[in-house]
Amino acid sequence: MFNTKTILATLAVLAGLAGVSSVQAAEDVVHVEKQSWSFAGIFGTYDQNQLQRGFQVFREVCSSCHGARLIAFRTLAEEGGPSFSEEQVKALAAEYEVADAAADGGVRPAVAADLWPSPFASEQDARDANGGALPPDFSVLAKARGVHDAFPFWMFNYFTGYSEGGPDYIHALLNGYEEEAPEGFELPEGKYYNHVFPGHAIGMAPPLADGQITYTVEEGQMAVPETLEQYSTDVSAFMMWMAEPHLAGRKQTGFVVLLFLIVFAGLMYGTKRKIWAGIEH
Amino acid sequence: MSEHSTYTPGSGVEKWLDERLPIIRFSKEHLMDFPTPKNLNYFWTFGAILVMCLGIQIVTGIILAMHYTPNIGLAFDSVEHIRRNVNGGRMIQAFHAVGASMFFVAVYIHIFRGMYFGSYKAPREILWILGVLIFVLMMATAFMGYVLPWGQMSGWAATVITNIFEAIPVLGTPLLELLRGGFSVGNPTLNRFFSLHYLLPFVIAAVVALHIWALHVPGNNNPTGVDVKDSRDTLPFHPYYTMKDAFGMVLFMIPFVWFAFFAPDILGHPDNYIQFNSQITPAHIVPEWYFLPFYAILRAIDFNLLFINSKLLGVIFFGGSIVILFLLPWLDTSKVRSGNFRPMFKWFYWLFVVNFIGLTYLGAQPADGIYVLLSKICTAYYFIHFIVILPVLSRIEKPRPLPTSISESVLAKSHA
Amino acid sequence: MATGAVAGVGAAATVWPLINQMNPDASTLAVASIEFSLNGIEPGQSVTILWRGLPVFVRNRTPEEVAEAQNVALADLKDPQTDAERTKEGHENWLVMIANCTHLGCIPTGESGEFDGWACPCHGSQFDTAGRIRKGPAPTNLVVPPYEFVSDSLIQIG
Repeated sequence: MFNTKTILATLAVLAGLAGVSSVQAAEDVVHVEKQSWSFAGIFGTYDQNQLQRGFQVFREVCSSCHGARLIAFRTLAEEGGPSFSEEQVKALAAEYEVADAAADGGVRPAVAADLWPSPFASEQDARDANGGALPPDFSVLAKARGVHDAFPFWMFNYFTGYSEGGPDYIHALLNGYEEEAPEGFELPEGKYYNHVFPGHAIGMAPPLADGQITYTVEEGQMAVPETLEQYSTDVSAFMMWMAEPHLAGRKQTGFVVLLFLIVFAGLMYGTKRKIWAGIEH
Repeated sequence: MSEHSTYTPGSGVEKWLDERLPIIRFSKEHLMDFPTPKNLNYFWTFGAILVMCLGIQIVTGIILAMHYTPNIGLAFDSVEHIRRNVNGGRMIQAFHAVGASMFFVAVYIHIFRGMYFGSYKAPREILWILGVLIFVLMMATAFMGYVLPWGQMSGWAATVITNIFEAIPVLGTPLLELLRGGFSVGNPTLNRFFSLHYLLPFVIAAVVALHIWALHVPGNNNPTGVDVKDSRDTLPFHPYYTMKDAFGMVLFMIPFVWFAFFAPDILGHPDNYIQFNSQITPAHIVPEWYFLPFYAILRAIDFNLLFINSKLLGVIFFGGSIVILFLLPWLDTSKVRSGNFRPMFKWFYWLFVVNFIGLTYLGAQPADGIYVLLSKICTAYYFIHFIVILPVLSRIEKPRPLPTSISESVLAKSHA
Repeated sequence: MATGAVAGVGAAATVWPLINQMNPDASTLAVASIEFSLNGIEPGQSVTILWRGLPVFVRNRTPEEVAEAQNVALADLKDPQTDAERTKEGHENWLVMIANCTHLGCIPTGESGEFDGWACPCHGSQFDTAGRIRKGPAPTNLVVPPYEFVSDSLIQIG
C-alpha cells in the first residue's frame, strides 16, 4: 500500500492543495491562489525592476486615495528596495507638499527625509470622497492581510516560513472583481462585487485595467506586459516592500546566523560528548 | 542536598572577599560543584534555556523601551520606527516578539517534564508552586506586552481580558475601571501596562532565584524519580551540565532564529498591523497561541449554574484551571515519582497532553458548531484529570519496581 | 578550544547590534544634512534656522560689515581667525554660524553690542561682524558648521 508511487502521488496532491489557500469570509471560504514571489523563501530578495514598476502603479493610481504615511521618500533610494538614485528621489519629493509650521503658509515642498504626505486633509475628507469608506494606508497593509490555510497546511508554513499571505491576498483581490454580482446576491448601491473581499461588497471601484499604465522599457530589457495581472503583481510586491523594506538584509543575515548556529551546535555537541566520554549515563 | 563547601580561597584578595561577601564560594557551590544526578535527559536542559529566554527578553526589551512611546497616538508608529529606522531595530523587535513565543514553548516543555517525572512531589512542592507562580507572572507580562504595539488585537485582547474582571460580583465594575484607568481601554491603560510590563520581568527574575534556591535544597529530580543516595549517583554541575545546558541552548536558538529572521510575523496575527480602533471589532479575536488552551476553557462555559451566570462561571473555570496547578502536589499522592514506572499514569498523562493540545487548537476556532461541544469535553477532561484521575490513580495503581539507585539504573541501561 | 573561539565570535557578533542600536537611527541621520535657500535674504538681513536641533544664524552681511570684519588685526582676537577662514570664497557676504554662545550656550542677540555683531544677554560676551569673540567670557568664536554652496542661492549644511 505504501509503495513509492502512492507516496509520491499523495505528496503531489498535497502540494497542489497547498498552492490554493483560503480567505475566511463568514460562512463561505474563498480560495486565494498563491503566487510565486521573488522575495519568498530563505533567499528571497526584491526584484528592483518590479518594485520600480510597482511604485509607478502606486503613484499613478493608488496614491490619489491611499496614503503611505510611514514611508519616507529617502527609503526609495535604499538598497534592497526600488533603489532609485538620490537625485531621482530628491526630484520626486519636491513634487509633493508637506505641512511645516515653520514654512510660509504652513506648507513647503517635501525633501527626501520627509514622509509621504496623505492624499486627504483629514479622515473625514477621505471618507467623504470614497462613499463613507476609508481607504486604508498602504504602509503596512501587506502585513495586515493574510490568507487562511486549512490544517495541516498552516503547519507546513512554519517550516517554509510562508510570509507572503498579504501580497497573495492583495493580488487576488485586485484580480477578483466581477462585472456582475452573481444571481441572488444583493449588491448595495455604490459597491462593487469582488469574490475575494470578505462579504464580497467592496467600496473601491476596480482600480486597474489592461493598458492603464505605460511601463517605460530600458534599452535591451524585455517588454513587460501592460496587463491587470502584471500591474497587480507589481503593486503587491511594492506594497510588501513598503511593509518590509529590510526583508533582503534580514534574510541574508538570517542565513549566516543559522549556518553559524548549526556549525556551533555541532561543535558544542562534540565538546559535550568529549566531556561526558567515559561517564555512564 | 547541599554539601559542605569544599572551597578554599586561593589568593589574598579572594580570602578578603570571602570573609565579606562569599560570592565566589556561593558560585562554586551552586554553579560548579553542585552534585547533579548523572542520568538527566535533555528535558532537563529547559531550565537553563528558560533563564536564557528571560535574559533575551530583558535585554531586547530594555533596548526597545529606549525607542518606544507608550502613548496611544504614537505607540503603533514608534514600533514601526523601531523596525524601519533604528539600527538593527527590525532584528531586535523580531527577537523580542518571537522570544515571547519561544519562552512559552520552553516553559510548556519544562512544565510537562515536571508533570511526567513527578518533580512536583515531596519534597519539591514549594519548587513547583514557585514555578506555577512564574508561569502566571509570565502570562501577565506577555499579555501586557502584546498590548503595547497598539494594534487591533492588542487593544481588543486588552478589552476582552480586562472585561473578565467585571464578572466578579459587586466589586467587578469598580475594579475594571481601576485596572483600565478609565471606562474603556485607552491611554491610561497603555501607559500603566508599559510600566508594569517593564517591572514584571524583574519580579520574575527574583522568583526564578527563589525557584533555583528551592531546587538546590533537595537537589534535582531525575528520570527514575529515585532519590540520590551517594556521590556515585551524581556529577558536578560544571563541566557536565554547564556544557550540556549550553549545547541545549544553542540547539534551542536554531528554531528561534529561524522564526526571527525568516518568518517573524507567522506566530502573530495580521490584524495587529491595523491600528487599534475601539469602534471596529476584528472578525476573530484570537489571543497569542500560548493563551489558547485557557481561552478555550473560558469560552467553553456558556451555561449558568444555579445563581452563577455563565460569564462568572467561565471566569471561575478559567482561574480554576491555573489554581488547580498549584494544588497538584496534593492531588497526586502516589509515592512513585516518575511516569516511567507508572504504566497507568503514563496513559492518562499522554491523554492529558493530547487534550491540552486539543484545547490549544479549539481556542483559535470560532465559538460555534462542533467546536463548542469539543471545548466542553476537553475542559471537562482537564479538570477531571487533576481532581479525579490523579488522586484515584495514587490509590489503585500498581507501579513497576523501582531501581534501587540512580547509578544502578544507569549501569543496567548501559549493559542492556 | 575551537568551540570556545567560535563562541567568542558569536558573542561579539551578538553584542555589537545591541550597542549599535543606540547610535543615531536612519531617520535622525536623514536630517543630519539640510539644504537651505538663500533667496529673499537681503543684505543686512539675518534668519535663524534649525539644523540638527541647533539654531543657526544665516546672515547676508552688508559690504560695510564685511570690510569691518576683514580689517581686524589677528592680535586683537582671543580666538584668532581671519574673516576668510569663516566664509566661503566668492560668497564673503554670507555668514553661517551656530547660534549658541560658546560660553554656556545662550543665543546672542544680533545687530547689537560694541562690535556691531552679536551680544550675548546672559553673561555679556560680545561678537564682531564675523562672529568672533572680542570681549566677555566666551572662549572661542561662534562655531561655523560644515557647509557648502550648492549654487549661488542654495547652501547645504552638514
